[in-house]
Amino acid sequence: MTTTETSTRMAWVAQLEAVRDQRDQRAFGEIFQYFAPRVKSFLMKSGAPADVAEECVQEVMATLWNKAQLFDPAKASVSTWIFTIARNKRIDLIRKQRRPEPEDLPWGPESDPEQEDALALQQETEQLGRALQALPEKQRKLIERAYFGELSHSEIAAETGLPLGTIKSRIRLALERLRHNMK
Amino acid sequence: MKKTMSNINHHLTDALLMGYSAGTLPEAFSLVVATHVSLCDECRARLAALDAVGGEVMLDCGQEAVSADCLAATLAMIADGKGREDAPKARRKGALPAPLQDYVGGDLDAIRWRKVGGGVRQMVLRTAGDASVRLLHIPAGQAVPDHGHRGTELTLVLQGAFRDETDRFGVGDVEVADEDLNHKPIAEAGADCICLAATDAPLRFNAFVPRMAQRFIGI
Repeated sequence: MTTTETSTRMAWVAQLEAVRDQRDQRAFGEIFQYFAPRVKSFLMKSGAPADVAEECVQEVMATLWNKAQLFDPAKASVSTWIFTIARNKRIDLIRKQRRPEPEDLPWGPESDPEQEDALALQQETEQLGRALQALPEKQRKLIERAYFGELSHSEIAAETGLPLGTIKSRIRLALERLRHNMK
Repeated sequence: MKKTMSNINHHLTDALLMGYSAGTLPEAFSLVVATHVSLCDECRARLAALDAVGGEVMLDCGQEAVSADCLAATLAMIADGKGREDAPKARRKGALPAPLQDYVGGDLDAIRWRKVGGGVRQMVLRTAGDASVRLLHIPAGQAVPDHGHRGTELTLVLQGAFRDETDRFGVGDVEVADEDLNHKPIAEAGADCICLAATDAPLRFNAFVPRMAQRFIGI
């Protein structure tokens, strides 16, 4: 187990922004090299056979390229964002179900992006990662099993032991600012 | 209906939000979650935090080598224009949140109501999996037949309000009821109540006649 430092997370942000703004294939290759084997492992741990997982990885990474303009580092870290794409592909390609999604907010990258907001969010995500690793083994395994799709909602514990309040408050603030700007 | 609500008192549970974040909820429950989150920034932020947990689990779950041509195949896929199909759901005009409009096939005026009895009307929405979801229209001041639950039942208020033994539920509020709750929701006087209700087991009405009716109407 290793913790992913904020500096590494900010480097991913820069790579994804290069994909988003310059359609930079080299930056895309770097993201691919790091994340593709992890997405594949995640899908296989979720029950997908290796060949299906590999096909799904390609779809996930193609979606990352195509939807890069929706990425906002003040809203999500790169790992969070890739997870949501992988999760949706798992539902679509492997479980073959529809997934109703909430109404999208007109986030998008702001015209005047706040670098410090992006940095703060990456820091919160790093701290969340550390908190997850610091959980007692049994509790951490339960959370992993929930995300690998092994637990139903009624089997998921009401109390995860994770300090979600800080990252939630950060995102809540960003939402309030967005709502304010929309008026 | 306002597009987001700041006066929501009844929210989704962590277990439901985590199930939605993990992508394991039945489709019917996911529709209730997606509709509530469309109205509730508090739950939207909680969901984003849980998505971040998912990202950390993925980062830390090991690596499986991809084949040598995986990147090239992905770039070819991009060049072919694949993977562009799913555009985000923008805010839409109308009273119903966008995810619900997808299932209804339009806004409030597109709902095809069917009589259930006692003045109550419903529209069952088509979803895959074991759970089911329907829109319910309850006339102001009217009770929904007394029923208990075998599984979990989610009821999200879209218009009007209802009360039961536990509390009052207004627009945007979601009631999460498990099998212990044997409740009798009553629509408040004033406006008719429209709810989105999902259950992972057939409801069990406590009176004989509604139980007979239950077989015909599929509640």
